[in-house]
Amino acid sequence: MADTPSYDVVIIGGGPGGYNAGIRAGQLGLKAAVVEMRATLGGTCLNVGCMPSKALLHASELFAAAGSEFAELGIDVSPKLNLPQMMKQKGESVGALTKGIEFLFKKNKVDWIKGAGKISGPGQVEVTSENGTVTTLAAKDIVIATGSEPSPLAGVEVDQKRVVDSTGALSLSEVPGHLVVIGAGIIGLELGSVWRRLGAKVTVVEFLDRITPGMDAEMAKAFQRSLTKQGIAFKLSSKVTGAKTTKTGVSLTYEPVAGGPAETLDADYVLLAIGRRPFTDNLGLENVGIERDKRGFIPTDHWKTSAEGVWAIGDVTLGPMLAHKAEEEAVACIETLAGKAGHVSYGLIPSVIYTSPEVAWVGKTEEELKADGRAYKVGKFPFSANSRAKINHETEGFAKVLADAVTDEVLGAHLIGPNVSEMIGEYCVAMEFRAASEDVARTCHPHPTRSEALRQAAMGVEGWTMQA
Amino acid sequence: MADIMTPALGESVTEATVAKWSKKAGDTVRKDEILVELETDKVSLEVASPSDGVLSEISAEEGVTVEPGAILGRVTEGAVAAAPKANGAKAAEAPKAEATSDPKPEPEPAKPAARPAAEPVLAPSAQRIAAENKLDPAAIAGTGKDGRVTKGDALAALEARAKAPTPAPAPSAPREIHAREERVKMTRLRQTIARRLKEAQNAAAMLTTFNEVDMTGVMALRNQYKDVFEKKHGVKLGFMSFFVKAVVHGLQQVPEVNAEIDGTDIIYKNHYDISVAVGTERGLVTPVVRDADAMSLAGIEKEIGALGRKARDGQLALEDLQGGTFTISNGGVYGSLMSTPILNAPQSGILGMHKIQERPMVVGGQIVVRPMMYLALSYDHRVVDGQGAVTFLVHVKDAIEDPQRLLLDV
Repeated sequence: MADTPSYDVVIIGGGPGGYNAGIRAGQLGLKAAVVEMRATLGGTCLNVGCMPSKALLHASELFAAAGSEFAELGIDVSPKLNLPQMMKQKGESVGALTKGIEFLFKKNKVDWIKGAGKISGPGQVEVTSENGTVTTLAAKDIVIATGSEPSPLAGVEVDQKRVVDSTGALSLSEVPGHLVVIGAGIIGLELGSVWRRLGAKVTVVEFLDRITPGMDAEMAKAFQRSLTKQGIAFKLSSKVTGAKTTKTGVSLTYEPVAGGPAETLDADYVLLAIGRRPFTDNLGLENVGIERDKRGFIPTDHWKTSAEGVWAIGDVTLGPMLAHKAEEEAVACIETLAGKAGHVSYGLIPSVIYTSPEVAWVGKTEEELKADGRAYKVGKFPFSANSRAKINHETEGFAKVLADAVTDEVLGAHLIGPNVSEMIGEYCVAMEFRAASEDVARTCHPHPTRSEALRQAAMGVEGWTMQA
Repeated sequence: MADIMTPALGESVTEATVAKWSKKAGDTVRKDEILVELETDKVSLEVASPSDGVLSEISAEEGVTVEPGAILGRVTEGAVAAAPKANGAKAAEAPKAEATSDPKPEPEPAKPAARPAAEPVLAPSAQRIAAENKLDPAAIAGTGKDGRVTKGDALAALEARAKAPTPAPAPSAPREIHAREERVKMTRLRQTIARRLKEAQNAAAMLTTFNEVDMTGVMALRNQYKDVFEKKHGVKLGFMSFFVKAVVHGLQQVPEVNAEIDGTDIIYKNHYDISVAVGTERGLVTPVVRDADAMSLAGIEKEIGALGRKARDGQLALEDLQGGTFTISNGGVYGSLMSTPILNAPQSGILGMHKIQERPMVVGGQIVVRPMMYLALSYDHRVVDGQGAVTFLVHVKDAIEDPQRLLLDV
């Protein structure tokens, strides 16, 4: 090995965790390389996750609105779906974003090493490129950021033709007559919504007795009611036992979790979206003595693994599998390994579902507060009483604020309604600064905006909501 | 231009009040000449001029509270005061001199170093709570990001104030003064005495045990040796030295009286630094006789004498007042027959001495006249049990009634 390229830090994986780690390392003057085997940077999020799904959610939402809501506003149109164009614009947007990361790498002097990374020993990463050539990189620090992949389900084999995972569901070549979604989580409901709006009949089969586990139960209930109204059917407490695929469709069998006779659903396509699992196979963890937990996660303490000089961030570690969690950890991990004070506020990682209505929340749910035995107060405000929402004919949903009964510190914020993904950030900042509900209530908000509902809900905690 | 700075005020003293300027702006001053007197919780101290020149500016007027490092005023170096000139011929010079003493044309020296710490940052809710309840924002401990004060912090500060049984009530509108009344601002020392006494009462489980001591023996000893003693040591032999010795002896037998509570711990002190209450014009102070166990009676008498003089002259330094482990208070000098002294926190015991009064006592079946003194020990029952308190007081009594015990350490 005459010329072993040598780096301060080598990051395996070019998704939101990996590419942000690379950029931050570059900013701090570290010589950094990111190993990514995909043809483009950005990982699942940019290529087959958050970004393309948002492209389809946006386009399909406008398509649905044009068909059902425009007339009320005095716009008469009969929209016609051009699916190939919708997919094309999605691809173009994604392409532009991945190129953007390449630009950021150049700007911050981060090397992109194309190929599959594997730790071959302490301070050594072996990269196997597509054509089979192997390069070894020397690294003072190694960061594992290889992300996650869809979890499989026994009896349901993903062929990406009739039975698809999230990746496949983003690129169907036709609108399914009947799409059955296994799993009522964020991914399943977002992609189910896309195809429902484009005309598919959608049925969601869920093992639990509720949708979107982790979401505040009151929000989940309101959310399910809204999706049902849009024509999505739910089969809760149902266990999928098998899928028989033919050329033209899938026959899915399921039975009640509590026991009972099995039933069958005939679908044109089945989307398997029961969750994701860490992508930690073939990483050479054994070469540095890292042991994974039962579910394949890499245990860490402040992003440090059990092996000296090896770090892990994002979906391969415990916690919510979210791009912004990985991004947050990337910054903190690189700052820590550079000797700075990296920090992540794990209690304040927001969650968002980009359906219509959107659901966004941060902090504790009512169920969590009850379980903690913490006394809290609730403030709520419906968008139906918000002037901007009313003017826009978008009055669905409400804002809910949970605050400590004694100190009034905001403990959780839960929003459902159009555009709430863009509004939750206000509460993220407020809570990072440990604001009281009164602090939000005493902060001037622009009028008329939907954000006023957030303030009115905060007022509601101490009983002085003024506009409802 | 030289700044007149507030000096460091000593351990645990964070602010001082400007008591008196002995010069006024425009006066000529000499280096090391005393310009201004400051009063702190514990002592008063004087600040001298940093250089020869003219006192060009007084930035902290009398009555203003200042922190260490704060600028009190400025001296323009080398300048001469503009004396009023009777002679018109020299009138042209006067404005020139004035110009020199006028600080404005000169660039202001950078201030931040002398400024108090940055203003506390309060959340909007905390601002409201502080404003509505007259809380001092600077006195609220902030737990938010970078020390910001959250609503919870403000509420906690409010609750803490409500819980303190009788805090100096937030001075509401001062009540009206009637014709034959006079309103006088409490000196800082008086305020501190008031606050500390109240704090001691609030914190400790305080109670008092009494005994009486027959002074015959110690008076006889004193009469026998007072002249020789004074001749040799140059100081009068008083009763205080005996009591200090007797107290140290008692503390050695009952260590918890010499201890203090710290959180959930008790700190035992293996040194015997006795605070001796001294009345002065300004109020009561308690300078400390250090390592009294290692001192001779003469040494103690000398030390008490020196501290008393310093106290009367307002010359006590902070070190003179800090670190006592037990206090002796003698109300007898004013004629008190019996009293219940208040603890000198964080100490756990205080001995009250009283007037010596001849009273009929029964000794060996006979009624005889004896010079008697009541003794009072106030103690913190959280640390000291009744048995310990009484044992301690009996030790003191025995040692005074039979001073030879001190010699023999029995």
